[in-house]
Amino acid sequence: MRFFARRSPLAGDAFVPGFGMTRHSSVESRDSGFERASPASGLLRVIFMVLLVFAGVAHAQAIEPMPFANHAQELRFQQLTRQLRCPMCQNETLADSNAPIARDLRNQIFKLMQQGRSDQEIKHYLVARYSDYILYDPPVKPGTWLLWFGPLLILLGGAGVVLVAIRKRKREGIATTTVDDSVDNGEDW
Amino acid sequence: MNRLWPFIGFMLLVGLFGFGIWWNTRHDPNAIPTPLLNKPAPAFNLPKLYEPTQTVSKADLLGQPYLLNVFASWCVECGVEHPVLEAAAPTLGVKLVGYNYKDAPADAKAWLAAHGSPYALLIADESGQTAIDFGVYGAPESFLIDAGGVIRFKHIGPITPDVLATKLKPAIAAMLKDAP
Repeated sequence: MRFFARRSPLAGDAFVPGFGMTRHSSVESRDSGFERASPASGLLRVIFMVLLVFAGVAHAQAIEPMPFANHAQELRFQQLTRQLRCPMCQNETLADSNAPIARDLRNQIFKLMQQGRSDQEIKHYLVARYSDYILYDPPVKPGTWLLWFGPLLILLGGAGVVLVAIRKRKREGIATTTVDDSVDNGEDW
Repeated sequence: MNRLWPFIGFMLLVGLFGFGIWWNTRHDPNAIPTPLLNKPAPAFNLPKLYEPTQTVSKADLLGQPYLLNVFASWCVECGVEHPVLEAAAPTLGVKLVGYNYKDAPADAKAWLAAHGSPYALLIADESGQTAIDFGVYGAPESFLIDAGGVIRFKHIGPITPDVLATKLKPAIAAMLKDAP
C-alpha cells in the first residue's frame, strides 16, 4: 500500500514520513487499519486497494510537503492556493500545478503565511505582481462589468424577444398554449 | 426574411469565431499584462553571474536606461531570441542587462559560451525569489527600465525581429524622447 502512495508518478520525490501533508498520513493510518483487518474481507481488500491506487492518482499532483504549524494552517493554505491561478499554465490552480513558478509561488505564500499575513494581504501581494489574472474569481470593476453582468444582459434580451413574440402571437390571434403540428403556419424553420 | 434569421445568426457566430482566431494570432493568450507598467521597478540585489561575490542593486543601475532580459539555459525560446538580441544589442540605444533566471550558474555560463553573450552585465537569480517581485513567470521576458528606474515596457516571450521592430524599438524611442 505504501508503495502506491509513495511511488505514484507525480507524487513528488520529497515525501518525508510524518512531515506534513495529511493525505500521506491518512494513507498511512488507513494502511495500518488494513493490516489489522480480518482475512475474510477479501473482496473488500481488493476494492480498498483499487481505491487507494486511485487516491494516489488523484493526489498525484501532490506538492512537496511543507512544515505547517498546524492542521488549520495547512487547510487554509490549500483553500487559498485553490483560489489562485498558476500564471504559467492558466487552466491549473496554484494548488494543482507542477510548473516551477507555481512551486515558487506556493513557497512564497507559505512564507507570507508564516509572517502572519492574512489571505487578503497575500492576494494583494500576488495581484500587485501578476495582476488579476492570478485570481480565479475576478473582482467587480468597470473592466469586468461585461463579464459579471453580461449574462444578465443576455437573459434580459432573451426575455425581451420572448415578450415581443408572445405579444405578436396574441395580436395575430394565435393561441400561445396550443401548437398544432399539422397546420403549416408558414414557418419552415 | 424569417427564413434568413438562422443564417444571419450563423454568420454572426462565424464572424465571432473568426475574430477570435484572428485575435489569437495577434496576441499571446498566455501573456499576462503586468501591473508594474509605468511603475518603479521593484528593488533587487542580485549577484553577478561571473563574480558571485559582487552584487548589483536597482540603485546601482539608476541613471541610465537598460533592457532587463530574463533568460535561462533551460529555456528553449531564449535560444530563439538570442541571435536577435546579439544582432540588435549594439544599436539598441540602451544597455542590455542579462537576468539569469532559476538556472545553475555553470549551465548558464556554458550556454553563454556556446551562444555568445550580448549582455553588458549579467546578474543571477538562482532561486527565482526576486523574479516574483518582477511578476516573472517564465523565460524569456524583457523589461525596459528608464534612467529613473521606472518600467516603461514589458515583453513576454521571445524578442523576434518583428517584436523588435514594431514594439521594442518604438518603446525605446518613446522613452529616450521623454528623457534623453
